[in-house]
Amino acid sequence: MSKIHDEMDEKTRAKGAFSRRGFLRGAGVASGALGGAVLTEEQAEAAQAAAQGPGAVAISLNVNGKEQKLNVEPRVTLLDACRNQLDLTGAKRVCDRGTCGACTMIMNGKVVYACTVLAIDAQGRQIQTIEGIGTPQKPHPVSTAFVNNDAQQCGYCTPGFVMAAKGFLDRNPKPTYDQVKAGLGGNLCRCGTYVGVRKAVLEAAGKKG
Amino acid sequence: MQAFEYASPSSLKEAVGMLSSSWGETAVLAGGTDILSLMKDYIATPKKLVNIKGIKELGGIAKQGGGIRIGAVVTMDELASSPLLRGEYASLTQAAMGIASPQIRNMGTVGGDLCQRPRCWYFRQGFGVLAKDGSGNALVPNGENKYHAIFPQGDAYFVSASSLGPALIALGAKLKVTGPSGDREVAAEQFFTAPKSADGRETVLAANEIVTEIHVPAAKGIRNSTYEVRQKDALDWPLATASVALTMKGNTVSKARIVLGHVGPTPVVAEEAARALEGKTVTADLATEAGKAAVANAKPLSGNGYKLQLTRVAVKRAVMQAAGVRA
Repeated sequence: MSKIHDEMDEKTRAKGAFSRRGFLRGAGVASGALGGAVLTEEQAEAAQAAAQGPGAVAISLNVNGKEQKLNVEPRVTLLDACRNQLDLTGAKRVCDRGTCGACTMIMNGKVVYACTVLAIDAQGRQIQTIEGIGTPQKPHPVSTAFVNNDAQQCGYCTPGFVMAAKGFLDRNPKPTYDQVKAGLGGNLCRCGTYVGVRKAVLEAAGKKG
Repeated sequence: MQAFEYASPSSLKEAVGMLSSSWGETAVLAGGTDILSLMKDYIATPKKLVNIKGIKELGGIAKQGGGIRIGAVVTMDELASSPLLRGEYASLTQAAMGIASPQIRNMGTVGGDLCQRPRCWYFRQGFGVLAKDGSGNALVPNGENKYHAIFPQGDAYFVSASSLGPALIALGAKLKVTGPSGDREVAAEQFFTAPKSADGRETVLAANEIVTEIHVPAAKGIRNSTYEVRQKDALDWPLATASVALTMKGNTVSKARIVLGHVGPTPVVAEEAARALEGKTVTADLATEAGKAAVANAKPLSGNGYKLQLTRVAVKRAVMQAAGVRA
């Protein structure tokens, strides 16, 4: 299935017609409207105790300081909502079972696996993704330290690692090497860049970001 | 995962009212670290998910009646970092710290640790909790069983996944369970049970009941500790754990409780290991004896005999850690 999608993606990209992501996002909104489940904010609040779904429901997420309105089925995870509807594709979907860490985001100051949080359940929380902690022009000190210490190879786990490192350093500004090792224990890297990652975290420790 | 209705009630009464009396129809969502994975694998396909995190009375850790009350939706991170538990309830802090990763500890809850389903790979592949093929043959004893029980019970070969269970049993904790007809109290030791049929469950909880709080009696002067053995340093399930609680009279153990985790379909109370300590002064040699006694009645499978030694070591180190004895 993914092969077909990738081929489609290539074709559409070549034509410059529309991106796969833009298409998915459009489809999501359309099905929400068809389901007739778009509620006003007041209605949504009143219906809190009553069951919502299984069709799409209107929710509001605070991502990187911005309140975003979207329509999702209750089964949609925070990760999929961010990637497929909000164009925030930094967090990666790898194991999708809360074991690899590639989807790590920070929610109310704590690191979480976004693949194992329902988007509907993330309402009212402050969500921070890799896109929200610096820009290519002015990267976050943790990102800079990753570059300085060669802390990535293929790069697929890197956004999750950077978020896990940021979340860890926010709570432990002056960690020891062993604390770094344990603190980043929730993230896997198949290329085996762990040594570089730990050095990067120690370098970034104490720098404001 | 299959589409479902979602509700987030603010009262316990409402939440219980939303749960079906038969398993599979509805499910409780707290941390979500287990139920969402089960749903993605279609092992659980509830029509309705009831989020209980918005129910205020289910949160909080507080002193109560000499002991401590822990709300069911307290996260592992809150438990591990609570100053109320540190020291007096070291075995609970240690058990919580051992759980998975920071990301899991930030979401996973105390109630969820007690109610999570087994990690048995046959169960997670859809062969049921007793892991049988279409003809009713047990898959575990003849299959890949290196992470399974060395204390199987009946047809149940999986291991209880709970990390807090053994420590709570050792400390004599009681669970408050709320259902449609009100509250009931269940001793932690009575909470876990080995299912006898494919649709059986690993706890005495009914489908429309929720674990609401945990009461741990005062543990001042009771030396307690948890020791965990696992394959990887990070993000791994334990292979064997031991939680011990020692009541001391001077240097002598007057009463001991030793409970093993991840070696049977329920936490295993190791009475003979406890008896090996009682009336004696803890030394490294005595702790070794307790470890040996703990597995005297074990029945390892074809691929998990190595767990015997890990369990002996877990008991020995937990006893020494609790008693403050160095090797």
